[in-house]
Amino acid sequence: MANNFNITLPEVKEIASRGVKDQPFIGGHRLCAGCNAGTIVRQVLTAAQSDEYQIVVVNATGCLEVATSIYPYTSWNVPWVHVAFENAAAVASGIEAAYRALWRKGRLNKKFRFIVFGGDGGTYDIGFQALSGALERGHQLLYVLYDNEAYMNTGIQRSSSTPLGANTTTSPAGSVIPGKPQMKKRIVDIVAFHRIPYVAQAIPGQPFDLMKKVRKALSYDGPTFMAIYSSCTRGHRFPPEKSVEVGKKAWETYYWPLFEIEQGQWRITMKPPKKLPIEEWLKMEGRFAHLLKPGNEHIVKMLQEAVDEYWDYLVRMEEMTKEKGLWTWVPPLTRQKI
Amino acid sequence: MGKKIAMETNQLAAFAMAQIDPDVVAAYPITPSTEVVQEFSKYVANGEVTTEFVPVESEHSAISACLGAATAGARVMTATASQGLALMNEILHIASSSRAPISVVVASRALSGPINIHGDHMDISSIRDAGWIIMVAEDAQEAYDNIIQSIPIAERARFPIITSYDGFITSHAVEVAEVLEKEEVQKFIGPKKPDYSVFEDKLTIGVLALQDSYIEFKRKQAEDYDKVVDIVKQVGKEYGDLTGRYYDTIEKYMTDDAEVIMVVMGSTAGTAKVVVDQMRAEGHKVGLLKIRLFRPVPKDDIISVLRTADAVMVMDRAFTYGGIGGPLFEEISAAMNDLPCRPYMANYIYGLGGRDIKPSHIRQVFEDGLKAVKGCGFDQQIKWITVRE
Ligand SMILES: Cc1ncc(C[n+]2csc(CCOP(=O)(O)OP(=O)(O)O)c2C)c(N)n1
Ligand code: SF4
Ligand SMILES: [Mg+2]
Repeated sequence: MANNFNITLPEVKEIASRGVKDQPFIGGHRLCAGCNAGTIVRQVLTAAQSDEYQIVVVNATGCLEVATSIYPYTSWNVPWVHVAFENAAAVASGIEAAYRALWRKGRLNKKFRFIVFGGDGGTYDIGFQALSGALERGHQLLYVLYDNEAYMNTGIQRSSSTPLGANTTTSPAGSVIPGKPQMKKRIVDIVAFHRIPYVAQAIPGQPFDLMKKVRKALSYDGPTFMAIYSSCTRGHRFPPEKSVEVGKKAWETYYWPLFEIEQGQWRITMKPPKKLPIEEWLKMEGRFAHLLKPGNEHIVKMLQEAVDEYWDYLVRMEEMTKEKGLWTWVPPLTRQKI
Repeated sequence: MGKKIAMETNQLAAFAMAQIDPDVVAAYPITPSTEVVQEFSKYVANGEVTTEFVPVESEHSAISACLGAATAGARVMTATASQGLALMNEILHIASSSRAPISVVVASRALSGPINIHGDHMDISSIRDAGWIIMVAEDAQEAYDNIIQSIPIAERARFPIITSYDGFITSHAVEVAEVLEKEEVQKFIGPKKPDYSVFEDKLTIGVLALQDSYIEFKRKQAEDYDKVVDIVKQVGKEYGDLTGRYYDTIEKYMTDDAEVIMVVMGSTAGTAKVVVDQMRAEGHKVGLLKIRLFRPVPKDDIISVLRTADAVMVMDRAFTYGGIGGPLFEEISAAMNDLPCRPYMANYIYGLGGRDIKPSHIRQVFEDGLKAVKGCGFDQQIKWITVRE
């Protein structure tokens, strides 16, 4: 299925001039100053706004959810549903199924797109099964992972997204064990190999790249996924004003490359001007402070090797799939056109 | 008069679901309710329903998808049992507080461990405090009738509902039942008029309610839940006007002049009625109170029947660890506190994991009651029967 979606983004000036009433996500929430989760939501929803369809957001339990929906207030100027921690993809599946049923029965004539926001805990770990199920069934949903690499809402516990050596409250840097003993799980590849039409990685520090990817994802009537690096001042330990810079550094060190996989075709979307050594990023964050002390050089080396290895993989995949993607997205046979 | 058909109860349940033609069914198989899902997916595959069928990867996702669909204003159903219901537990509570009128068919089964696939009431008992309406059927006919009634009950009450029947004993039994035409069902349940939908308004659903608001949410939910009893009665009456089969929260059998009344739920009621008939013929004043509405407890209805009895024998196909009795006994015993003079009361735990209960067991319980002291006073002991000593 060719994707003929025309990607045009609104002008920055136009976005800036929008009144509060026209903004899908409004301020006044309780996210920490400098939290990138809110920035990500703003960018995603701004890109998602369209005359063609309306948006329904489903949110997994986590920092973003608790900080934006404290009764009787809400930051959500779009329909928003939160049920629990591990089931956001399943909840979205149900809403999407209802959409198709009501459309078919003539009880609804507005078009919708579905966007899920989940943290790394709600995506890599406890919500992994529900996510995999939803991807396999082929529902239309853009699943946005805001990856702050730990369970922040409950106080910075390690997840399978936490990088090797990072200091969290359940992988504390002790005198014997130097932070998290395991490597980070590669969620993007695992998700992509569900043979879904579109998967991408982004950072809020490159908003146009991020927003273009959102538009592309939403052009598919199927499951799509974006992993977005989400700097967390509390959990990563850096001053709030540095959050965008820290995220950019993750990109510039090639730790968080910007790429997309469209129907099995890998493409690096933005290459940093110069590759920085991993220490340039590590040194900005308190969670890695112990790694830069004498005796832990081997862990830094392992992190660097993992970065190089993954980049090498990406380049090879890009080269290999240049002419032809590894798969074609096959929507369910029952998919009706809406 | 409707037409009569003979089917396994599970097939009949799927047939009832197809007549309801829900907007969304998200389901996962588990013995003994698997067939409901299988049969229903045939209706889908053959284009006999307009339902969007979501074959999810777990019961947790089944109920999550059902709840999602309900927030979108869809009429939603699923089927499960035992471990499946247990896996749903977390979301059951959220569904009731979301006031989502989801209808779930449960073929009641024992809970692991040890693993056992046969019928008892531990699964529905384990979720009795989840804020769901729980109805238990005696046989295939009542199972069918309850499933049809579940839609108006849930949608008027704005609470989710479980209609259960006993695993294997009922679920896999072929019985003759009288059914409605699909058009009659559609007319009875009416078109879905959702209270709210994410497709209509910019709603924020599933908020964080802190110390300053949580308890108000819960009190409102508790108050509205108390109104369910009257809604069940009203729908049962309307259904009776349509079918001739009138339903209440309870069913009385020979209780008016009974000295000993047995309280029972589910398929055992059928066996017990036979024993009542036999013992009546022998001149014993025994009767039966069948509980149809397990949650909320129809307290006034129960007391109105039991108040004149000398002995009340409560039969539980479930138990509580370290409680004062089985789930039914606890409620009934507490309800009876309102009486100035309590009859003799005893609790019998029986039939766990599908263990057979025979007429001889039931007769023994009645005989215990007939021997019991008359007047005020009761026996809080818990006796296990149908068990090898
Ligand atoms: C079933 C269940 N287990 C545990 C929790 C507690 N809990 C709430 S949020 C959370 C961590 C969220 O982590 P993540 O998904 O990474 O989001 P973040 O808070 O980091 O943004 C946990 C463990 C829960 N709400 N539900
Ligand atoms: S703890 Fe981190 S993720 Fe949570 S609100 Fe604060 S900055 Fe954001
Ligand atoms: Mg996190």
